[in-house]
Amino acid sequence: MNYLLSLTIWTPIIFGLITLLINKNDCLARYFALLGSIIAFLFSLIVFFSFDSTATAMQFQEMWPWVGSLNINYHLGVDGISMPFVVLNNFITVLVILAGFKVIKHKVSLYNSMFLMMTGFISGSFCALDAILFYVFFEAMLIPMYLIIGVWGSSNRVYAAIKFFLYTLIGSLLMLVALIYLYFKSNGNFEILSYYKLPLSITAQTLIFIAFFMSFAVKVPMWPLHTWLPDAHPEAPTGGSMVLAAITLKIGGYGFLRFILPIVPDASRELAGLMVVLSLIAIVYIGLVAVVQKDMKKLVAYSSISHMGFVTLGCFLFANGTLNTWAVEGAITQMISHGFVSAAMFFCIGVMYDRVHSRNIADYGGVVNKMPVFAAFFMLFAMANSGLPGTSGFAGEFMVIMGAVETNFVAAILAGLTLILGAGYTLWMYKRVVFGDVVNSHVAEMDDVSKREFLILAILALAVIVMGVCPNIFVAKMHASVEQLLTQVTLSKI
Amino acid sequence: MMLTYPNLIPVLPELFMAFMIVLILIVDAFTSESKKGINLVLTLLTLAGCFIIQKIIDRGVTQLTFNNMFILDGIATGTKMFTYLFSFVAVLYVKRYVCDKQMLKGEFYAIFLFAVLGMMVMISADNMLVLYVGLELLSLALYGLIALQRDSVKATESAMKFFILGALASGMLLFGISFIYGGTGGYLQLEYILKAMLSQNDTNGALLVFGLVFIVAGLVFKLGLVPFHMWVPDVYEGSPLAVTTIIGSLTKIAAVVFIIRFLIGGLVLLNPYWSIMLLLLALLSLFFGNIIAIAQTNIKRLLGYSTVSHMGFVALGLVTVNVDGVSATLFYIVTYSLTALAGFGVLTMLSRDGFECENLDDLKGLSKTNPVYAGLLLLVMFSMAGIPPLVGFYAKLKILAALVASGYIPAAVFAVVMSLIGAFYYIRVVKVMYFDEPVKEIVPADTCVFSRTILLVNGALLVIIGIFPTMVMMYCNQLITG
Repeated sequence: MNYLLSLTIWTPIIFGLITLLINKNDCLARYFALLGSIIAFLFSLIVFFSFDSTATAMQFQEMWPWVGSLNINYHLGVDGISMPFVVLNNFITVLVILAGFKVIKHKVSLYNSMFLMMTGFISGSFCALDAILFYVFFEAMLIPMYLIIGVWGSSNRVYAAIKFFLYTLIGSLLMLVALIYLYFKSNGNFEILSYYKLPLSITAQTLIFIAFFMSFAVKVPMWPLHTWLPDAHPEAPTGGSMVLAAITLKIGGYGFLRFILPIVPDASRELAGLMVVLSLIAIVYIGLVAVVQKDMKKLVAYSSISHMGFVTLGCFLFANGTLNTWAVEGAITQMISHGFVSAAMFFCIGVMYDRVHSRNIADYGGVVNKMPVFAAFFMLFAMANSGLPGTSGFAGEFMVIMGAVETNFVAAILAGLTLILGAGYTLWMYKRVVFGDVVNSHVAEMDDVSKREFLILAILALAVIVMGVCPNIFVAKMHASVEQLLTQVTLSKI
Repeated sequence: MMLTYPNLIPVLPELFMAFMIVLILIVDAFTSESKKGINLVLTLLTLAGCFIIQKIIDRGVTQLTFNNMFILDGIATGTKMFTYLFSFVAVLYVKRYVCDKQMLKGEFYAIFLFAVLGMMVMISADNMLVLYVGLELLSLALYGLIALQRDSVKATESAMKFFILGALASGMLLFGISFIYGGTGGYLQLEYILKAMLSQNDTNGALLVFGLVFIVAGLVFKLGLVPFHMWVPDVYEGSPLAVTTIIGSLTKIAAVVFIIRFLIGGLVLLNPYWSIMLLLLALLSLFFGNIIAIAQTNIKRLLGYSTVSHMGFVALGLVTVNVDGVSATLFYIVTYSLTALAGFGVLTMLSRDGFECENLDDLKGLSKTNPVYAGLLLLVMFSMAGIPPLVGFYAKLKILAALVASGYIPAAVFAVVMSLIGAFYYIRVVKVMYFDEPVKEIVPADTCVFSRTILLVNGALLVIIGIFPTMVMMYCNQLITG
């Protein structure tokens, strides 16, 4: 038995609980939280490096009986699909804690504690192989996120927090009913992996598909269930936006791969057309919506929805009843890449917001004159966001488009539009904010990045470039698991 | 005529309690105003004593006494122990409050113990009339407790309301019992009613079902299901918080056992009829309880309507009429009582002489002024909303699982959707505490360290049982299966 996953999950949660008690000394709380997040990240790195990329089975499994009377087990394990997200999650949290160091001034211990606990819950949902365990982690995430948006957000935070909470809850409650249904179909069993072999009629599959879809499509978010995201992002503090965009959205995409595709493959095939259409609407229409945004955070929020459209597109590109390897691996790569890029974008906006206290594009101009170092980093991330080759943004989108060309050429062309749209909205915003003359006194007073900010930007820049030049670091790890998934989806379960 | 003495062993806790009540009344009459603290000590000793006696006389088998009218089986022992435990905790929560509000004059503790005695009788009765007697003992004590604050108009009003409506419901219950008595050929004993129904070939079906309607109406009144829920918010609001704590958490366990005794114990053969009645009432309660709660600005009323919706869940568990469903119900009600106890406990402790913490606005910015109380109330709210890893989640999960297993899938989906609406007003309370700026400083009454520790433990239990629910679940299951 191996406790590595438990350590990864519970270290931040326990550190978070202790941080909650350090409410007298803000400085200590910050460093203590940082220590906790670094330890958790190190554990996840051990998972990453000792992961056997040739094996298709779940690795680092842990299994304890948990709630005997309902046959719920504490069952953890990762495969090539979930493992990268655990690492990504812990990586981003270190940066998030660091990002909140100087900025957050009230309720410091609660702030850091909430982020640490949320990291633990998110790692837990990626590692859980028991449906209820997954659900518990999945829902528990709501509580810290609700408080993060509501307590440290900006003016309209209460509305955003409640909207976020209710949207997420409605989806997950329907998923709960589906899980209970599967529990009885499988003779009292909550093992996710056992559902893969469970025969289900097409009607049952369709209903289960809808229930799961409601839950994960809200998380992704897919058009037309996306409206909570552009409200939540601008109101959340920088750290909240980073976690929200970089990690929690990925749980939606992960849900498609872990639950929907293998549990209801026939319904997925039936409804794939619809999913492709919804994804394309997200990519193109939301991309257009992003162009006209006046608020930088809203713009990046819409760009997130558009980028996540690639993920759902990649998950549902069926040809002759089988999925495309390029597309699925591209979807996962896109999620990881978007994790780095969106976190970086929100952090950049946060850096400017801390100085000027505005998110409006119109309030900026000529930032490069005052913050040259920052402008260089921001340039890199803006390029990555628009999918420049050599940055991580390119790898995922390219792979999905490759897959689309092989399966559905029209979809490929429409999806390819995003490379233009993405460049359009990101670079146009960049131009208006960074270039030109200094427009007002607030901008004139901006000073360049501090050492702490430089460190965060540099780490993110490194991640974006490494991932862009050599995506194989992650793709090689996921390959065997993705192939396994594809064979499962090919088999009919009726 | 030979007089045979009944076996008094199974009723020892009740006898002990009755004796102690009399003792407390006498002691109370002879103590001066400054030494009233002795009543509190005696009350706590009584509850602890009952707990110990109950544990000692528990032989693991069903014991009957008083011509089989009194039963001490697994469910009775278990739920009584929970009742003692929760009563003990409730006393600790409210003791400061009743001192501050000058409620000690009217023998608060003696009447409170009478209410507990009523619950004990309800839990242990195996005869329809004894059940009724227990119910009346509880109700009369509650009327008294509510009206104890004599010069409060609201309290008097809600006591009157509770009394009149309660009397009406009791009347209906008695009316229904009389039909069952006639329809089965003169039985009130639950097991005989069951036997009589088994032996006769449904000749008196119409009569029995007619009686059943009245019985169900009487029972669900006590539980507070729609449309018999009108008293719940009014009584919750009008009562002093100390009494709301008792009504809102303690009495629920006894009420559910009461219903289990009637419907599952005696009238189980009529379940095709009462299942559908309970199902409809439960769905209505989920709907109206949750919808109306949204509009409340008084947190006592809000919790009142929330209770209505929770009782809807409880009734759904009974609808399934199987071991899983009933044990899910028991688990639900025990954990709900625990949660409500913590919730009302926080509100009671925040109140002082001249200030009743009852409006949502009173809680504004509580996380800044009293972070610990705010944190506890946060746990309570998320638990009631059914968010894991808090205990309310498993309670709902068990009920839903039992429902789906029995084929009530649409009802399960409906319950889930209604939980979503419920989540809205629970998180609104959290919003008020955490996101709003404080309007006025709330200085909680300086309750003793012991009470505060118990409150913290109570809050922690919501998380601990939420993460490790197995023990309590197995215990509830064991109580049902014996």
